[in-house]
Amino acid sequence: MAIEGAELVKAAALLGAGLSMGLGAIGPGVGEGMAAAKACEAIGQNPKEAGLLTRTMLVGQAVAESTGIYSLVIALLLLFVV
Amino acid sequence: MTLLGLDNLTLTQTAAYVGGAAAMGLGAIGAATGEGFTASRASEAIARSEEHAGDIIKNMLVGQAISESASIFSLVIAILLLFMDISDPGIVKAASLLAAGLCMGFGAIGSGVGAGLPAGRSCLAIARQPAVSGRITTNMLIGTAVCQTPAIFAMVVALILLFKSAGGIAAFPTSAALIGAGLSTGLAAIGSGYGGGMAAGASCEGVARQPETTTAVTTTMLVGQAVAQTPSVFGLLVSFVLMFRSFPESTALSASVGLLSAGLCMGLGGIGPGIGNGMTAEGAVRWVARRVDYSGDLMRLMLVGQAVSQSTAIYAMVVSLVLIFVV
Repeated sequence: MAIEGAELVKAAALLGAGLSMGLGAIGPGVGEGMAAAKACEAIGQNPKEAGLLTRTMLVGQAVAESTGIYSLVIALLLLFVV
Repeated sequence: MTLLGLDNLTLTQTAAYVGGAAAMGLGAIGAATGEGFTASRASEAIARSEEHAGDIIKNMLVGQAISESASIFSLVIAILLLFMDISDPGIVKAASLLAAGLCMGFGAIGSGVGAGLPAGRSCLAIARQPAVSGRITTNMLIGTAVCQTPAIFAMVVALILLFKSAGGIAAFPTSAALIGAGLSTGLAAIGSGYGGGMAAGASCEGVARQPETTTAVTTTMLVGQAVAQTPSVFGLLVSFVLMFRSFPESTALSASVGLLSAGLCMGLGGIGPGIGNGMTAEGAVRWVARRVDYSGDLMRLMLVGQAVSQSTAIYAMVVSLVLIFVV
């Protein structure tokens, strides 16, 4: 079957959206998990600072999350804008 | 409509053989690696405490047997693929059989490696604290059993794909949706299986370090593992939608690629959060064993941390569902 140029572009955009979010989710998932594991360790060693440690963990995770959000933005751009 | 100039039966048979090979080839990776890890730790444990070699070897074999189950699922699916009767050959059936093989093959990797981790670390734990070897083995069994869940999800999806009737369904985009369904559960199982194993491994060490904290350690492990299984549940959900929704016939390339992409997105997107949640649970379990008086704080922090790590799997699910229902 012959595939038109516009159809190929649309298909590529859809595949790209899936790959962008799928692959982009791996890093933040692992990284944020690591941050939380170390935060558990830190609370175990110094339970009095639980509040500060939770805050620090969340700030660190928020930064790690940013790449996941970039992936989401690119995926949504590919789906709805391009 | 034919594909690659092959007649329907040849195409379907080819897909079944490739699927069978993928199921067993990929499915052997996890169990072999996990059991090798277990055996290496058992050797180390026996070197440290040779008078308890009997307990350690028994524990190693029980753990390896559970880790093996993931590859036995693969073997069953591979044999079914090689010898099943194909009643309704065609492009849809071919896609369905290939997807079944891929789903089981990928789905067995995480559970195999994951179950090997607690099995190995429990051998070391017995060498350290032989007096509670029974409790350590029990804890290891619970932990490894939970690790098998993603492989069981993969087997369920593979069996549905194997026996799904394909008669009278338009080839496209349904065949792409079925391959997406296989990839979604199969790939997402990798992270959850491995992550669950990390949590279970730490709990075996924890029981050996402080046997009186067993209840708190096992509870934290189970909660942590349950959260780590979520990405594979998302994978299963997307697979079910892709398998059971009827898609209007369309030969447009974008319709097929969109559904395949939905499966890939959820499958790949589930890997990272599964492993990350497992890491978090591992850290929490390890420290509950050392500071059991703060187990409530640790559990709370673990859940908050896991929830954040889970968010990317949720993004992947959202993009998958948009690809299925909106675009």
